[in-house]
Amino acid sequence: MNALPWDLQLQNTLAALLLLLSFAMLSQRRIVALVDLLALQGALLCIATLLLAWRTGSHHLYLSAALTLGLKVIFLPWLLHRLIRRLGVYWDTEPLLNIAGTMLVGVLVVIFAFGLAQPISALASTATRNSIGIAVAVILIAFLTMITRRKAMSQVVGFLSMENGLFFGAMSATYGMPMIVELGVALDVLVAMLVLGVFFFQIREQFDSLDLKHLESLKEDQ
Amino acid sequence: MNVIDWIVQLMGIALALAAAPVFIGWVNQCRAWLQNKSAPSILQPYRAIRKLFHKDAVIAENASRLFRLAPYIVFGAMVTAAAVIPSIATRLPMTQAADAIALVGLLATARVFSSLAAMDVGTAFGTMGARREMMIGFLAEPALLVVIFVVSLTCATTALPMIAERLSAQNFSLNPSLAFTAVAFTMVLLAENARIPVDNPATHLELTMIHEAMLLEYSARHLALMEWAAALKLFNYACIGLAVFIPWGIATSHAPLSLAVSVMLLGVKLLVLGAGLALIETLSAKLRVFRAPEFLATAFLFAVLGLLVRLLLGA
Amino acid sequence: MAVHGSTTQSTTIRDFGGRCLVSYGFDSPLTLCLLLLTAWCVVGLAGLVRPLSIAFVGRTLFPLGALCGAALAVVALTSLRNPAEHLILPIGLPDLPVHLRLDALSGAFLFLLGAASTGISIFAAGYFRQGEGTAPGLLCLQYHLFLASMGFVLLADDAYAFMLAWETMALSSYFLVTTQHRIPEIRQAGFLYLLIAHLGAIAILLSFGVLQGGSWHFTFDAMRTAHLSSPWATVAFCLALTGFGAKAGLVPLHVWLPEAHPAAPSPVSALMSGVMLKTALYGMIRVSFDLLGQPIWWWGLLPLSLGLFSALYGVVFAAAQTDMKRLLAYSSIENIGILFTGLGLAIVFTGVDMPAAAALTLIAVMYHAMNHAFMKSLLFLGTGAVLHATGERNLGHLGGLIHRMPWVAWLTLIGVLAIAGLPPLNGFVSEWLLLQSFLFAYKVPHPFINMLLPLGAALLALAAALAGYVMVKFFGIIFLGQPREPALQQAHDAGFVERLGLAWLALGCMLLGFLPTNVISLFSVVTQQLKLGGLPASDAPWWLLVPIPERQSSYAPLVFFAVIMVVVVLAIYGVRLFYHQRIRIGPAWDCGFGGLNSRMQDTAEGFGQPIRHLFQPLFAIVRQLPSPIDSKPKYRLQIGDRFWLTLYQPLGALIRRVADKVAWLQQGRIATYLLYSFVTLVVLLALML
Repeated sequence: MNALPWDLQLQNTLAALLLLLSFAMLSQRRIVALVDLLALQGALLCIATLLLAWRTGSHHLYLSAALTLGLKVIFLPWLLHRLIRRLGVYWDTEPLLNIAGTMLVGVLVVIFAFGLAQPISALASTATRNSIGIAVAVILIAFLTMITRRKAMSQVVGFLSMENGLFFGAMSATYGMPMIVELGVALDVLVAMLVLGVFFFQIREQFDSLDLKHLESLKEDQ
Repeated sequence: MNVIDWIVQLMGIALALAAAPVFIGWVNQCRAWLQNKSAPSILQPYRAIRKLFHKDAVIAENASRLFRLAPYIVFGAMVTAAAVIPSIATRLPMTQAADAIALVGLLATARVFSSLAAMDVGTAFGTMGARREMMIGFLAEPALLVVIFVVSLTCATTALPMIAERLSAQNFSLNPSLAFTAVAFTMVLLAENARIPVDNPATHLELTMIHEAMLLEYSARHLALMEWAAALKLFNYACIGLAVFIPWGIATSHAPLSLAVSVMLLGVKLLVLGAGLALIETLSAKLRVFRAPEFLATAFLFAVLGLLVRLLLGA
Repeated sequence: MAVHGSTTQSTTIRDFGGRCLVSYGFDSPLTLCLLLLTAWCVVGLAGLVRPLSIAFVGRTLFPLGALCGAALAVVALTSLRNPAEHLILPIGLPDLPVHLRLDALSGAFLFLLGAASTGISIFAAGYFRQGEGTAPGLLCLQYHLFLASMGFVLLADDAYAFMLAWETMALSSYFLVTTQHRIPEIRQAGFLYLLIAHLGAIAILLSFGVLQGGSWHFTFDAMRTAHLSSPWATVAFCLALTGFGAKAGLVPLHVWLPEAHPAAPSPVSALMSGVMLKTALYGMIRVSFDLLGQPIWWWGLLPLSLGLFSALYGVVFAAAQTDMKRLLAYSSIENIGILFTGLGLAIVFTGVDMPAAAALTLIAVMYHAMNHAFMKSLLFLGTGAVLHATGERNLGHLGGLIHRMPWVAWLTLIGVLAIAGLPPLNGFVSEWLLLQSFLFAYKVPHPFINMLLPLGAALLALAAALAGYVMVKFFGIIFLGQPREPALQQAHDAGFVERLGLAWLALGCMLLGFLPTNVISLFSVVTQQLKLGGLPASDAPWWLLVPIPERQSSYAPLVFFAVIMVVVVLAIYGVRLFYHQRIRIGPAWDCGFGGLNSRMQDTAEGFGQPIRHLFQPLFAIVRQLPSPIDSKPKYRLQIGDRFWLTLYQPLGALIRRVADKVAWLQQGRIATYLLYSFVTLVVLLALML
């Protein structure tokens, strides 16, 4: 095997671990553990950004890493933990499909993402272009997490994981997004979290539970 | 293949036969240390086997010849596997006789024979143990196969000696695919060798037994052979894992120095592996039998992830 | 045994010392095969001379048939390396006489037919008894016609001869299946079998119709040279897959297999499972690789996916069965799935221009077909012996037969170990080769396929491992443990002739397992003739199998066997030398509670319960559980086939409704029928205007 430089090897390992984490989130039922996995995902992203910043020498990536650390590793998980404690949701109920079936669908989704990303990787010019497939896979698996969950909290975690995947994809394909775009996205996520937090309380007030099947009773013909 | 090769081969087999009970003793010792208990000596499994050989065999009235023959066949299969696995050297005559897939098949042969023997006496526990053991076995095989696939993608062969040589010749690099498959292999090792979290090797409750239920009817020399075969199975799995994932130090020639170094390194690796095994066993609780398929499905998932990462990242 | 190919005048078979063993001086192997097939027909017709005499049919005619089978196998084997031979018979249609052709592919399958049918015929000689429903002479006719028609299918070189032989095969096997025609279930099973066989035959006929590509010549040579456009070639391939898949028992056209195979007498089941299903495989190989020329790569995905699904479906259902012959029938579905998976993979490799990988895959497929013929026949014949000895087919009434029927038990054990895919027997070799060929999959240049194919290999490994589970259940519940019925104490072992048949098949299993290099060198002749190239030559010794030299993956079954035997013998004598071999007989361990009886063993349902639990979506289970307040508690478990319930039953109901509507035409009054004739005449006259 040709020896890649050590930081690219580390990048590959981090990408693989990201994929593993998204599968772990797909199968996790404890919401506290879900949020911890999300924080871990953010930490891995931060390390990956730092490595990329060291390799390319661009300063805005250092800033981006700091932003990731502050937002995704510290602030958002803290916010979510606070919400969990105040709402009292600790466990997710039985998902739509059983665990084995969900995993199988996840594997098929990963194959689809990898196959999709191969021509795109051929066009990109970065050193980390092989990881584009993993980024797409993380996004799709996070989407799958959102689909197969019953509690609103897990769906929010899925949404945040999607954003992580998007960020990773931008990093692998184009060495990061322009700073203004990144700040915009970060601000959007923050605002979304705050608004969703308010929503959760309202839903809980109305239905006494955060199980989303209660929202189905808002249909017209009910 | 000259006489020296065969002598080294026989030495390897003798080493496996001698080291397997000690390995079990070491794992028990580490587990006792972790749980703040005092364990019997490391050589206790030897004494147990010797004691069993001295006893009279008590055989059920309706046992057939298959029941009496099966321990020998299982033992023979395990010894053959030990001869085939390149634990101390890669260029031995028997290591060409089988590649990794054939090795998995050989271990399956042993499993089928012990299951058939368990069904022979016709008690509830024997048949239940046979059913559970075959269930664990059939779920573990696809995971093992995908592990072999991933490794063969890296080394372009499924022959274990070649895998060991090629992987040890590379410079050290981070291979996430190999890391994932190592996790999958460890999980399969735990399942196949009846360790916690899949099965408790020290249980006395018949309803919780998987592997022990198949030994329930055996006594004396038959039980001794089956116990020795079980110890050999764990040793073999450990050596397969070491040959694939930590192959540095396995001798590629027959110089006495390299063989001696290889044996010493094997000892060190097995010590560390045994301690790790004891740690995993102490930190986990035994799963319900219905959860064992999920455990193996997770192992399969790890292996498949390793395969996909390898195909995408090339690492 | 060194074999020389035929010269124009004579063929000789020599052994290693060069001494001549057999020399025959006929014109050609093809003529010889034709003579042997005709001999089978003659033997069959001779059964009508004294149709009610078991002694005549059993002692004379069936052994004669076995001899013809053995001769056929020898002829086919010796002529494998010859170039293809043609023969045109003077019978047939006016402008399409019967064309026959013997090439390596036909020869390989003829060898399968001859070798497997020899063992089955020997067993059948001792098997058929009075009162089975059909007269023995008639049975002999149907049986040998069946054999002969299968041989003709393999030799046919034009569509007419092929369909003639195919239909004869279907018809004769229908009569064989309904041997015990006084039982209504067996009649129903036969009807279903005939129905689906004919649906398949229509599809094959249509496929031949498309393959001739506008030349309107229905010889296979014309089809080889016809250039079909890609859409039409795809249509032909799909039709052929439907037709041959229906005969082979590929899901979803498999519903006849679990009914027909158990309904037939055991030698017939063995013949159907072991040999007839392989003729369907032969047809598919012939169409894909020979008649269609260069296959398109994505065609291979169809048999690949259908095959994988069938393999899993078959083995999962086999694990849940309680009838021993139905279990074996579902296991046949599994093995057919494996064969079609390999075939699909070979087509994919051929289509993406990887001929070496395709050759290896095709060799693995043919090897597995050969293995399965021997293994499954052995198992079905074993169940036949059990059925005759105990009268029971239900696994819940069997058990402990290894004490009463040791010969049958130990010979069946060889079949069980072989079909479970355990080294050093033959089932493992073909699975090993198939897995080795799957390892080429990552080189396929299509992005999604090279990632999905390794998953297919994992599914194949799952099916193979499940087969081990099923076979432990089969052997354990029938032969091991305690007898579940007191009447089983009267069971007797099989007769001498039956043992001979079983031993022939068991020996075949062992030889196929221990000598893989020889078998592979024979099959690579076939792939060379199909223009895929053979396997690369390796300088490994004869006892070591190294199919791909640069990969250095090797397997030596004889070494395995030898070492295990040596260790076993050393262990036995070592124990005797150093310790002792004393035994005490005592009761089985009962936890101190006492009162263990045979009802406390695992039942067949119990043994299959983990599989039922894991693969629940595949089954349609109807369960009746006893309630605690019942005075007569009942437990009932019925496992239905989802395909039957969602596909066949609605289709059958639809057809019945349409038929009811059309039946309105049948008014019953003569005036109405005359009116119909009048209207038709008027319409035709008007059209002429």
